[in-house]
Amino acid sequence: MSVVARLFRAREAGILVMLVLFVTVVGLIQPRFLTMDTVRIVLLAVPLIMVAAMGQMMVLVARHVDLSIGSILGFSAIAAGMVFRDRPDLPLFIGFAVAILCGAGLGFVNGLVVTLFRLPSIIVTLGTLSLYRGLLFILSGSKQIDPNDIPEPIIRMAQTSPIGMPWIVIIAFGVALATWLFLTFTQLGRQIYAIGSNPVAAPLRGIRVMPVTILVFTLSGALAGLAGIIYAARFGYVNPGITGVGFEFTVIAAVVIGGVSINGGVGSVAGTVLGVLFLGAVQVALPILGVSGFWQNAIYGGIILIALVIDRTVRQGGLRGLLARGAA
Amino acid sequence: MSTTEKTVPNEAGREAAIAKPRWKIWLIRPETVTFLLLIVSAIVASHLSPFFADAGFILESSTYYVEFAIVALVLTLVIISGEIDLSPAAMMALTACLFGTAYKAGAPVPVAMAVSLLSGLALGAFNGFFVTVLRLPSIIVTIGTLILYRGLAQVLAGDKSIGSFPAWFVGIDYRMVGIFPVPVLIFIAVSILLGLFLSITIYGRQIYQIGTSETAAIHAGIRVRRIKMGLFLASGLTSSIAGLMTTSRLGSVRYDLATGGELTMVLIVMLGGTYIFGGRGSILGTFLAAWLLVIIATGMTVANIAINAQLTVMGLLLIVSIIATNWIYARSQR
Repeated sequence: MSVVARLFRAREAGILVMLVLFVTVVGLIQPRFLTMDTVRIVLLAVPLIMVAAMGQMMVLVARHVDLSIGSILGFSAIAAGMVFRDRPDLPLFIGFAVAILCGAGLGFVNGLVVTLFRLPSIIVTLGTLSLYRGLLFILSGSKQIDPNDIPEPIIRMAQTSPIGMPWIVIIAFGVALATWLFLTFTQLGRQIYAIGSNPVAAPLRGIRVMPVTILVFTLSGALAGLAGIIYAARFGYVNPGITGVGFEFTVIAAVVIGGVSINGGVGSVAGTVLGVLFLGAVQVALPILGVSGFWQNAIYGGIILIALVIDRTVRQGGLRGLLARGAA
Repeated sequence: MSTTEKTVPNEAGREAAIAKPRWKIWLIRPETVTFLLLIVSAIVASHLSPFFADAGFILESSTYYVEFAIVALVLTLVIISGEIDLSPAAMMALTACLFGTAYKAGAPVPVAMAVSLLSGLALGAFNGFFVTVLRLPSIIVTIGTLILYRGLAQVLAGDKSIGSFPAWFVGIDYRMVGIFPVPVLIFIAVSILLGLFLSITIYGRQIYQIGTSETAAIHAGIRVRRIKMGLFLASGLTSSIAGLMTTSRLGSVRYDLATGGELTMVLIVMLGGTYIFGGRGSILGTFLAAWLLVIIATGMTVANIAINAQLTVMGLLLIVSIIATNWIYARSQR
């Protein structure tokens, strides 16, 4: 058992160490990074990813993957934006409800197709990624929702709140807390882990795999829908061709870095939150270090691969197990 | 094949079920369905527009899809072997950006092309290393490298396009041999080569065996890791060839070259009736599916359906084709 393996035995401890190391190193190079201002910028950068990452984490724990959340985010944001634009007389929560319900509906379709036909979720959601993006172009008539169409209170959610933290940050951590309560204290939450750990044994223990799996995809969609509203608040516009494109990969990066195993059955809210914060820290650190923002995706991709290798090392019991040659 | 209703004793002397007549086996193959769809869509499309009576028009409008279809041929082998590669579109972008960067740095075009092809091999080897040496699942590895490669392309090219290549390099889709544009000829040649490779060489049979049961393949002495590594290398090399073709067609490179290509590639493979869980599929199916997609896409364009709305149809096609393929395989003998 090597030191590295022991360090990463507890996944959350591992990602926490990585985060602290990263912040320390960047802080040594550029002390400006270690200010409250940075904390504020990071917190503003992460709500979008964090809300969707909670859903993606549950999907991965159930041993599936959801590639369509970027398109669901775009679809929900456009739908809510059109409500705001065309019916300014309606109360604001209607827009919220529209976004979350659209997301839940699209997520439900994902879950239904995956479970009904027993298909691999990666292919189904690759299909719906394209399908939902096409639908949102048709829905919006390829027109963007402009800043002056989005109500002032929605925009203000990204800037103010009664307790000094912008509303979207409060929403994001509220979603994380709710997810933690759901996964820890409800029977349904435990069943998601059971399905992911052993899909064969789960039905034998009386778990109804199909409805639980559909629920997981529906939740993932609903949270992507909520992220759509946060997008509108944070960026002040919604564009059918831009909003949410490539978003799924950022979220998967956060979740994988947070120690959620894609083999199912393993993952925690704490780890996912740390993974999201890590991505946010990278995003904010690049300009401060004077590194081009073009590096962001390359770094995300690199971190995913490193996280996978570390995860593998832990499960193999150290580096020797990692490189042990198989029979072939 | 005998079609009598009695059972016949086999060599071991036991009673064995009669083999299904060959025509039945051929009839309920996904490739047959793909072929029938191809015929139907061609008839429908020719009613949409007189253009479709003209094979030249179809061939000319196919060059965009042919780039992805060439990669889809190799992806077919990867999926038959039970793995998946989602990074080829990103590899196309990165190798094309390396080509552009090398050319801009003063390398002659042939040298820059060599840089691109070698880097394609290297990227494929990188994927293969994670999958075969570290034994990580290819789904998540190639999602990781998809982000990494696309990100590196962004680092190389920024948000600018690299262009001003010499005239002889640009416009491969307008170079004709008879009625065939050069990319189509390349696609046909690669199809024949890979089709033969898969159906008559030992390695081809071994790819099927790995996909059917990897454990059994290892016990049968098949060098599973070596073959999988070879497939990922082939995937990288083919992606760089496709990337060069795209570069030649567009006359410039950007980091977002071939964006969304992973969907098109997987769609072609699935339309061709390759089984997503490995072990079954054919190059013939992928070859037919590529033309089916060309006809559908061209038909939609002729029918004035916006490119963005066409995404809806592509997504639906992917889901329907995988459901149909699974259904056919569930009902036919192995």
